[in-house]
Amino acid sequence: MIEIKKLHKSFGGRKVLDGVDLQIPEGRTLVIIGRSGCGKSVLLKHIIGLLKPDSGGVFVDGVDISRLKEEELERVRRSIEMVFQSGALFDSLTVGENVGFRYLEHGGMEKSALKERVRESLALVGLYSIEGMLPSELSGGMKKRVAVARAICTRPRIILYDEPTTGVDPITADSINRLMRSLHDKLKVTSIVVTHDMKSAYSVADRIAMLYEGRIIAEGTPAEIQHSVDPVVQQFINGLSTGPITDTSSVHSGAK
Amino acid sequence: MLRNKLSKIGAKVLAMLFFFGGLAILSGRAVRWTFLAPLKRGRVLEQARKAGVDSLPIVALISLFIGVIFTFQIAYLMQRLGSEMYIATIVALSLVRELGPVITALIVAGRVGAAITAEIGSMQVTEQIDALQTLSVSPIRYLVVPRLIALALMLPLLTLYADIIGIFGGYLICVYKLGISSTIYTKMTFDALLFKDLFTGLGKTIVFGMVIALVSCYEGFNVQGGSEGVGRATMKAVVTSFILIIATDCFSTALFYFIFP
Ligand SMILES: Nc1ncnc2c1ncn2[C@@H]1O[C@H](COP(=O)(O)OP(=O)(O)O)[C@@H](O)[C@H]1O
Ligand SMILES: [Mg+2]
Repeated sequence: MIEIKKLHKSFGGRKVLDGVDLQIPEGRTLVIIGRSGCGKSVLLKHIIGLLKPDSGGVFVDGVDISRLKEEELERVRRSIEMVFQSGALFDSLTVGENVGFRYLEHGGMEKSALKERVRESLALVGLYSIEGMLPSELSGGMKKRVAVARAICTRPRIILYDEPTTGVDPITADSINRLMRSLHDKLKVTSIVVTHDMKSAYSVADRIAMLYEGRIIAEGTPAEIQHSVDPVVQQFINGLSTGPITDTSSVHSGAK
Repeated sequence: MLRNKLSKIGAKVLAMLFFFGGLAILSGRAVRWTFLAPLKRGRVLEQARKAGVDSLPIVALISLFIGVIFTFQIAYLMQRLGSEMYIATIVALSLVRELGPVITALIVAGRVGAAITAEIGSMQVTEQIDALQTLSVSPIRYLVVPRLIALALMLPLLTLYADIIGIFGGYLICVYKLGISSTIYTKMTFDALLFKDLFTGLGKTIVFGMVIALVSCYEGFNVQGGSEGVGRATMKAVVTSFILIIATDCFSTALFYFIFP
């Protein structure tokens, strides 16, 4: 269970998050949608403690992780993994070393067991015998998959995905969507997926939340979001260039 | 107008305080991690190779040139005074006490420091630093500590190497161009150098090495705004390292002057 309560965050006087409230029940997949630059990555980074809120909190199983010290945070992070927008693979290490990174650094698994675990994690994302390759030798879609393999290598309870389908072709995007669904079914993970790809959102979400001007302006099942009466939501999910989001003269209720 | 100027100066001063504060925090953490966590030898050795061994050719080339140039200039003066005997003394002392340490440090700041900032900076913009943290690995321990140790160890060694080659450059000019005998040059060189000259000359380069490592890592971590930001940070890291090396040198030279008169 993840609860986000009244989360506020500004950078240099510019408000990015302006009171975000969200709840993600155990084992569910929440998709957060919103325009580029609206603060989706910033929100995710708060959930894994990379950023500290100005006010408000992020509760993972009742513990406010924004108040934890570095050592305590590391313990919580063992059960949370994040798939970064760009993959964020370490480019000086091989694919195998990337996937097994946490165990290589912290120990806790024998060499042969780790090798098997790395192989298994790569197989789960549909990649075989590429342990010895370097990230620079991989295509964009493969990098994203390896990043997912690294995230699932430790069998976390929570996975955060930052725009997993952005910048890959539609076919790879579909396979990444399937991958997220099957990981969710097989490993019973709680997932938060940030995206502006509506196809991906409908395909993986139990619930969808829309972030707009620093707040969650709509939250519900995919069907509820699809039939939302909020014109902002309608403009976004239908991808229209005219509407309340782009019309600067009208002021949305959530706007500051 | 005046107000505008004052607020600009204020902003500059604030930025400087911010920089030194950040650098101090990074240094504290790096020192703490150095002693707290077991060191990964392989990682230090890799950095030592990159910083030390790979710098040997450029350090050799530049210090040979410096040795030659400096000897010519000294010879010009000494011939006017009729005391060519002392060329070797002056060359040895200046190289070991001052020129060797500073020139080696500046070369390393430009060559190794810039590479460190560019590498860490691109890791920052591609979220690899964030990824390290989510995988419970301290970026300070993983990236800063090996570079700090490697530079603190390699800079004195590189400096010693630069000293020797610089003195050899002086030898070439004196023996083959100015007709000073090889024995006299060698004798004057070794007679001139006291242990404290070598000790203070090499001692301060440990500090220079740490300054280069810390400034370069700090600028790398604080890159903002994509690859353009990486370029800007790299430039800033080199300029800041240059200034801090010269400032530290001035300070330590003055200090040693009073401690070891
Ligand atoms: N570390 C930071 N420092 C300053 N500004 C930031 C930082 N991280 C994000 N921002 C700003 O916050 C806003 C939201 O960014 P982000 O969450 O990355 O958007 P997106 O929804 O596309 O993921 C952007 O305008 C960005 O410039
Ligand atoms: Mg983003």
